[in-house]
Amino acid sequence: MGLEGIGARVVRKEDKRFLTGKGRYTDDMTVPGMKYAFFVRSAHAHARIVSIDTSAAKDMPGIIDILGGKELQADGIGNLICGWMIHSKDGSPMKMGAWRPLAHETVRYVGDAIAIVVADSLAEARDAAEAVVVEYDVLPAVTQASRALEAGQPQIHPEASNNLIFDWQLGDADSTDAAVARAAHVTEMKIVNNRLSPNPMEPRATLGIYDEAEDHYTCYTTSQNPHVARLVMSAFYNVAPENKLRVIAPDVGGGFGSKIYIYPEEIVCLWASKKTGVPVKWTSDRTEAFLTDAHGRDHETTVKMAFDADHRIIGLKVDTIANIGAYMSLFSSATPTYLYATLLSGQYDIPAIHANVRAVYTNTAPVDAYRGAGRPEATYVMERTMETAARELGIAPAELRRKNFIRSFPHQTPVIMNYDAGDFEASLNAALAASDYAGFPARKAEAATRGMKRGIGMSCYIEACGIAPSAAVGSLGAGVGLWESAEVRVNAVGTIEVLTGSHSHGQGHETTFAQLIADRFGVSMDSVNIVHGDTDKVQMGMGTYGSRSGAVGMSAIVKALDKVEAKAKKIAAHLMEADESDIVIENGELKVAGTDKTLPWFQVALAAYTAHNLPSGMEPGLKETAFYDPSNFTFPAGCYICEVEVDPETGKTQIVQFVAADDFGNIINPMIVEGQVHGGIAQGIGQALLEAVHYDPANGQLITASYMDYAMPRADDLPSFQVSHQTTPCPSNPLGIKGCGEAGAIGSPPALINAITDAIGNNELNMPATPQKVWLAANAAH
Amino acid sequence: MAKVKMTVNGRQVGSECDDRTLLVHFIRENLGLTGTHVGCDTTQCGACVVHMDGRSVKSCSILAVQAAGSEIVTIEGLSSGGELHPVQAAFKANHGLQCGFCTPGMVMTSVDIIRRHGAQLDEATVRAELEGNICRCTGYHNIVKSVLAAAAEMGSAKEAAE
Repeated sequence: MGLEGIGARVVRKEDKRFLTGKGRYTDDMTVPGMKYAFFVRSAHAHARIVSIDTSAAKDMPGIIDILGGKELQADGIGNLICGWMIHSKDGSPMKMGAWRPLAHETVRYVGDAIAIVVADSLAEARDAAEAVVVEYDVLPAVTQASRALEAGQPQIHPEASNNLIFDWQLGDADSTDAAVARAAHVTEMKIVNNRLSPNPMEPRATLGIYDEAEDHYTCYTTSQNPHVARLVMSAFYNVAPENKLRVIAPDVGGGFGSKIYIYPEEIVCLWASKKTGVPVKWTSDRTEAFLTDAHGRDHETTVKMAFDADHRIIGLKVDTIANIGAYMSLFSSATPTYLYATLLSGQYDIPAIHANVRAVYTNTAPVDAYRGAGRPEATYVMERTMETAARELGIAPAELRRKNFIRSFPHQTPVIMNYDAGDFEASLNAALAASDYAGFPARKAEAATRGMKRGIGMSCYIEACGIAPSAAVGSLGAGVGLWESAEVRVNAVGTIEVLTGSHSHGQGHETTFAQLIADRFGVSMDSVNIVHGDTDKVQMGMGTYGSRSGAVGMSAIVKALDKVEAKAKKIAAHLMEADESDIVIENGELKVAGTDKTLPWFQVALAAYTAHNLPSGMEPGLKETAFYDPSNFTFPAGCYICEVEVDPETGKTQIVQFVAADDFGNIINPMIVEGQVHGGIAQGIGQALLEAVHYDPANGQLITASYMDYAMPRADDLPSFQVSHQTTPCPSNPLGIKGCGEAGAIGSPPALINAITDAIGNNELNMPATPQKVWLAANAAH
Repeated sequence: MAKVKMTVNGRQVGSECDDRTLLVHFIRENLGLTGTHVGCDTTQCGACVVHMDGRSVKSCSILAVQAAGSEIVTIEGLSSGGELHPVQAAFKANHGLQCGFCTPGMVMTSVDIIRRHGAQLDEATVRAELEGNICRCTGYHNIVKSVLAAAAEMGSAKEAAE
């Protein structure tokens, strides 16, 4: 692999700028004449706007203008849309209500944007926003999805009666019902997946710049997918045609899904820049982030897992209600359907599965994909239920899983997915060994002597990454293709620029992508630059989410490298008067195999550009482009084991050890992969122990709107983690990569809750397992 | 408006600002030092930590006028001459950062933790001391490793010097 090649623990190229304060995030950008925006937002969860009076505010110092939704609509700016069509089981299309970038008739959640204030300083904009008088006719609000479906609840959008957006199903209801009816044992659970706020540490921000002379817009934004932002803002929101809109996502401080979507603020700042004639910058504060960043999860599920007398699963029936919030965010319909129900076979051979999902409007912030997106919800349902079933059946949790593992591949599940490779037993065995599972009874006994209740729990997850084969997702309703693009430019001096449609917001692409080039051509990583995040530099690309940058983004680079290599070999063969098939590339040189003839890489590159002596008919230059469309999803899988001690006096949980054994296929940089797992586990532990978005059910006010109220995992809440990898290469892409970005957040919550329920002897416990909830559950069991 | 003078990264600076200007905004907007970040509104996240007269402070919790006359070091001034400070180097060697947004505050806090505890730091102390700095990417695993590695490195460098 070499010091810098595939599989090497290379420290990151991008680190120095972040460590020395030279990172450049959107809020760091300033341009001449730039002004500051602050948004007037709804104070109510549901209300009709009677009037908006900006007269006093407009007279305040420093105010450039205050603009509202009527003007926006009059200028032809479109409503926000959901880009994935889901049909209900009766064949009807999902019922999408209007989401105006600035509301001027009805507000539907606390934080709904109403007007933009543009001023010389942020403080002046904020002061004036407070002086805008909005008169509301307050309407009743509903925040819980199952409640919103009940008769007599507030109607949030006229299009969606009873607030039902779709009633969708996957799998075979009849065979599943039959399996449940004839089962020797059925484990039934009610499972709530708590609502979360993604909380990347960099708040969302945007800088809209309209250039009147060129009739051209530039948008700096905190985006995971700037090209998708440009496409959507052009094609659907009518901000500007694509050739007149440049979107730049510079350094982005984390995303976790929340920066996939196009929000009202990008659209409004671009429009406001044209209206006011000045560049307009908006940066979210943290409370705005809690109010308006798309939330994650929020499922209410009932599950029945049916077993035969031999403890084999013969059927799985799942009924889920998914809270979509007040508006349908860009991929909100896909998350609780094709990213969720398709994973309900887990790692198990299950002949019959049926899932029903109802998606529901409520007076809360929009809900969309958050790290894992549907797959954590599926894994939580499966693995809570498996562990509970093992306890009910009186067999070891590992043995129940072993008995039901899928062992031959490819494996077609009853819920669309075709698993192509895996070795679930290998990860289970690795995790059992690393956690000294066999030694647990002795540790439990020892803890009991200290008055502590010790528990152990596991979770065997599988997920689908490498999102996704375009034709497949198109047939399922996706409005876009999910390929990736790459361009490899070899400069005349032999240095290399790789332009990628993937976007790095913490994943370390500048390092891992450069490792790929170093590995391929034997050139130093220093001579390779990775360019991303600018629609003027990089051709159309689809961005980074769903752990797709390795499996899809790097595959596109490989395809472009194949073309570069082929052309370089042709040139080298011509110059060295050798047969093209005899040319090999090693250590930065092109060699004629079996001879001492060599040409340094840079000389071949130079020859391509001087073009004095190229093979007949060859075009000058050494630059190639590729688009890679995956042929299948990829299937990372693994086993997590968590061991806890619960203090029976206080209900407080202490994690004593956390073991992760993951199969990500081939790995480019183990250091970076481990970092992804650590971060994912921390978010999963956050969900399981600490985090929850709470709305006041009486009035829809967000109660958890700051770090004083929303419990983020901190250093002293978490242990260090033991991680390991087992490898079955992915057969569907050239590098054998499956993806690693979300696994930690997917696999960890059920392992932790299973450990706590084991400790307290009560299977009924909802996340987050706060000391109060754990204490109550522990004492209810006695 | 107030005219505020202070020493930042070894240089005398002065700038006019609104009385209500926070030190972090003075550093970012008036001085153009954008390495110090704002990650919350409630003094919880620590992305804005700088050193004021040798101690770590959250620059979102101090008015610029309160910092008048003080010596401020920001992430941009922690090292010089192209060399990384041992804490910065340890974060790089141990993959103690991902998106980089919390990193300046993490590094500035860590320098102060090591100053106060020296090479005797243990994992529990580092975790307790980092409670006021939130990272969403790393799960803290490699940050803790970085701080411990830097403390050991700086401790042995100090011993060698003595």
